[in-house]
Amino acid sequence: MLGLSLDQLRADMNRLLALLFHQGVLDEQFLQLQQLQDESSPNFVSEVVNIYFHESEKLLRNLRALLVDKEFSDYKKMGIHLNQFMGSSSSIGAQRVRNVCIAFRAACEQNNRAGCLRALELLEYEYCYLKNKLHELFQIEQQRILAGAVRYPVPQQHPNNPQV
Amino acid sequence: MGEKRQGCHMVAVRVNEASETKRKHSFLLNYCSNRGVLGISILLMLFVSKNIYDHMDDEQQKRRKEVLVGMCDQRARMLQDQFSVSVNHVHALAILVSTFHYYKNPSAIDQETFAEYTARTAFERPLLSGVAYAQRILNSERAEFERQHGWTIRTMEKEPSPVRDEYAPVIFSQETVSYIESLDMMSGEEDRENILRARATGKAVLTSPFRLLNSHHLGVVLTFPVYNSNLPSNPTVKERIEATTGYLGGAFDVESLVENLLGQLSGNQGIAVNVYDVTNTSDPLIMYGHQSQESDTSLEHVSKLDFGDPFRKHEMICGYLQEAPTSWIALTTSFFVFVIGILVAYMIYSAAIHIVKVEDDFDKMQILKVQAEAADVAKSQFLATVSHEIRTPMNGILGMLQLLLDTELSSTQKDFAQTAQACGEALITLINEVLDRAKIEARKLELEAVPFDLRSILDDVLSLFSEKSRQKGVELAVFVSDKVPEVVVGDPGRFRQVITNLVGNSVKFTEQGHIFVQVHLAAQAKPIMDVKTESHMNGESDCKVQSCVRQFDTLSGKQAADDRSSWETYKHLDDESCDASGTAMNGNASQSVALMVCVEDTGIGIPEQAQHRVFTPFMQADSSTSRNYGGTGIGLNISQCLVDLMGGKMDFVTRPQIGSTFFFTVEFRSCEKSAVINLKKSIPDDLPAIFKGLKALVVDGKPVRAAVTKYHLKRLGIQARTVSSIGKAVAVFGKYASQISRDEKLPDVLLVEKDSWISCEEDGHMQLSSWRKNGHSYKLPKMILLATNITVGECEKAKASGFADTVIMKPLRVSMVAACLQQVLGIGRKNQHGKDVPNRFAGNRGLLSGKKMLVVDDNIVNRRVAAGALKKFGAEVHCAASGHEALKLLQIPHDFSACFMDIQMPEMDGFQATALIREMERKANAQINGGCTTEGTIRKGEWHIPIMAMTADVIHATLEKCLKIGMDGYVSKPFQEKSLYQAVAKFFEPKATTNSEQVS
Repeated sequence: MLGLSLDQLRADMNRLLALLFHQGVLDEQFLQLQQLQDESSPNFVSEVVNIYFHESEKLLRNLRALLVDKEFSDYKKMGIHLNQFMGSSSSIGAQRVRNVCIAFRAACEQNNRAGCLRALELLEYEYCYLKNKLHELFQIEQQRILAGAVRYPVPQQHPNNPQV
Repeated sequence: MGEKRQGCHMVAVRVNEASETKRKHSFLLNYCSNRGVLGISILLMLFVSKNIYDHMDDEQQKRRKEVLVGMCDQRARMLQDQFSVSVNHVHALAILVSTFHYYKNPSAIDQETFAEYTARTAFERPLLSGVAYAQRILNSERAEFERQHGWTIRTMEKEPSPVRDEYAPVIFSQETVSYIESLDMMSGEEDRENILRARATGKAVLTSPFRLLNSHHLGVVLTFPVYNSNLPSNPTVKERIEATTGYLGGAFDVESLVENLLGQLSGNQGIAVNVYDVTNTSDPLIMYGHQSQESDTSLEHVSKLDFGDPFRKHEMICGYLQEAPTSWIALTTSFFVFVIGILVAYMIYSAAIHIVKVEDDFDKMQILKVQAEAADVAKSQFLATVSHEIRTPMNGILGMLQLLLDTELSSTQKDFAQTAQACGEALITLINEVLDRAKIEARKLELEAVPFDLRSILDDVLSLFSEKSRQKGVELAVFVSDKVPEVVVGDPGRFRQVITNLVGNSVKFTEQGHIFVQVHLAAQAKPIMDVKTESHMNGESDCKVQSCVRQFDTLSGKQAADDRSSWETYKHLDDESCDASGTAMNGNASQSVALMVCVEDTGIGIPEQAQHRVFTPFMQADSSTSRNYGGTGIGLNISQCLVDLMGGKMDFVTRPQIGSTFFFTVEFRSCEKSAVINLKKSIPDDLPAIFKGLKALVVDGKPVRAAVTKYHLKRLGIQARTVSSIGKAVAVFGKYASQISRDEKLPDVLLVEKDSWISCEEDGHMQLSSWRKNGHSYKLPKMILLATNITVGECEKAKASGFADTVIMKPLRVSMVAACLQQVLGIGRKNQHGKDVPNRFAGNRGLLSGKKMLVVDDNIVNRRVAAGALKKFGAEVHCAASGHEALKLLQIPHDFSACFMDIQMPEMDGFQATALIREMERKANAQINGGCTTEGTIRKGEWHIPIMAMTADVIHATLEKCLKIGMDGYVSKPFQEKSLYQAVAKFFEPKATTNSEQVS
């Protein structure tokens, strides 16, 4: 029964990944990222993604604060933030977030406030979606590791242990 | 893309400009093609032809007038002449009368004589109807005169004359006018006037025209005075009157007279002649003429007539009877001129319109052409883009399918997933092909120039198809001439693509027989090719006749389409290569190497009607082919394009149901020796050198196949001999056995082709086994069976008969042969294991092991990912969040081996940071060279940390800027493991190899 659940979990995970790929939420880069994960750094992906979430939330907060200030929206600063956001998104392969960032940056360069606001909303939405889905993914993976651990005992890894 | 579009735009602009200038040039044309201009020119022609008509008509009129003048003058002159002749005669008559009537006494003339004389001389006076003589009788003499003649003087009205001063009764008259005898001429108004004038002047005078008596014709009367003899020589008027004795008169019947005259001149066209007496200019009196007659009054000529009477003036007026006839010549001429003019104008007009239309069409075509070209480019770009875009999700699909297959699936599910994966892979292949084609069309395909081992590529390709060919039982073999250099410089990927394509096709279409890939030097192959072509042409017919019975000299013994590749050719090549090898090798060093590659199969061939479109994209031989065998038909086209790009040509020879041979030439550059050695080191599956000096005996009835086997053995450094059957092989061994004392080395390996083994099963088998049993005294050769496919039964049998050692499955590949031989000969591979076996990935792992890397990026996520990737290669990674931090870490001395630098960073960007690092290094280096040698010896050289740029934009300019600022390389973000590896490998590979060598 445990074995079955393990397979079940793996299938779930694959299905979820396929869905995300299909929707364009993720791209190949995420696979690259997964390939970087091996015995020496078993939690590499989740670790990177958590950093990404952390950073992104900061950036989103900053962006919103900048846009809320009606008089002096500092578009240049916003551009820098967006570049950051874009770079990290493309690193983890968050394709849709990155695309929204590109649109956002374009609006930003044109000092198009309305466009920026729209893009920000979209960005927040996409980000939330990505976050939920990735969380889901990691949850399944966690379960899978747990399930796997029952069958083949492996040393339990602490999630916040970057170097071995 | 943007550039391209701009290019198109430029083209369009240029075309527009060109057409502008053309417009200017064709202004005249435009002018000509105007309808209004046509109308104007027609009017002009009308005017011109009218002028011509007028001119011609004038000419004619003038001519007519001249004719009229001539005729009129002629008539006038004749009339005048005749008239004067008559006058002269009358004058003579007057003198006659005065002489014979008055000087003679008695008178010699009486009425009878006069009548007689005048009648007989009438012909002299054709114009005169008659002459008469009237005597001057004064009133005092009247009675005497009347008595003397016996009649009274009468007036014109035939009544007795009233009393007057003077009378002039006619006494003599011509018979024609005898009715006027005794009439007083003075009684008629005209005659009296005439008489008075005549005697005053002494000359002939004329009356104005009047109706003559009797005839009632218009006429004039001529009167001459007759003087008596005593007239002084220069008389006054009074003396003349005194001397007058009588008057001689004659009547001119002008009408009949002129009629006669004109009658004489008849035959000329009818002209109307009028004669007038114009003494009184205000009232001309008509003397002759038909007033009533219709005549052309528009044209008249007046000729003066002088009848000898100075008092009277006469003139003749001539005119044409008929109107001037319309001048048909002028009319037709002008009409034709008009018509021709109009036609010419119309021709010019229509030609101009045509030219304008053609030019417009041309412009339109130009524009369309530009559009079409743009569309073509756009199409190619679209294809390239779309193919690329499709590839990305396809990778996802395939990846996911792979993941799916990794999960535990039921067999049905697995089947489905595998099918999906196969389809996906086929799709990817197709897309890649389309992409290639689009790239070629857009001229974006660039060939690499890297050194590579041709033979190993051919082996790789063969291994791709080995499974399939084995299933089909088709023999697949490759042979590379010794003359072909081991390493050439070119594009291995594309070369492999072409070969793969051709072999793939051959495998697809061949059900039995063989597929044989040969590589020769083109220069070497050519002369023999030519010879062979001839013999091939000549010998074709017998070939066909014998094809059923004869075993062909080919790989599998089946006939091939191209006899040129038969074994004979081949021997030729080898012989020649032996002869020429020395010179050729020297001559060709580091020059271009033209290779000739043949792929020969014994498949279904290409039907004749399809041969011409073999290289057309998306065209298969016929639709049934694609139904039976699948495929898109783009492969050959791409292959041809690639071969073209590689500076060669592709062609084929085919015979339906016998097979086809595709051959192509390629130009590679040959490689320098040192480079060859380097390359050899880096090629992981370099051939082991342990077989050097071994000897082998190949047993094969087919020389071509044997040659292929020999070729592979030779590559391993094994000397091989060929015998055609096992019997002979045994004999060879026997010979060796006898000579064993001489220390001659026996063959170590005996390779037997399955066919040879089966064919000699009966006797050879026995021989073999018996020989094996007997030959205990010396070391037995290892026996290996070569087979394309082998059944389990056969395998058992083979084992039983002594081939216990191994069976090598064809197609032969060097690595496989080597592996088998190793196994058979038991030559330890263990010592090499460490060097040869480690797979690429493990190699990668070690690449950076122990190296310390610095990753500089402001983005923590990127930093982590980069670090993760580098760690995978075994590196120890440190991170820096900004340029400043990096500078701090890179203070000399440091122990970092390389640095990855993000370009876009706040505060201090990658370029600045790099510049500062380089500056620092330069200072440090200067110091080292300056004196501080201890450190220098430690570091062995200069400080120069490799700095790799990391950037998201892959524009070429950025790369150039990176290099300019002092960076050493370039990795595009997001990281791809492969690209990262490539970038790093450039710096660490040599070290890595030395390291690994040291380790091993």
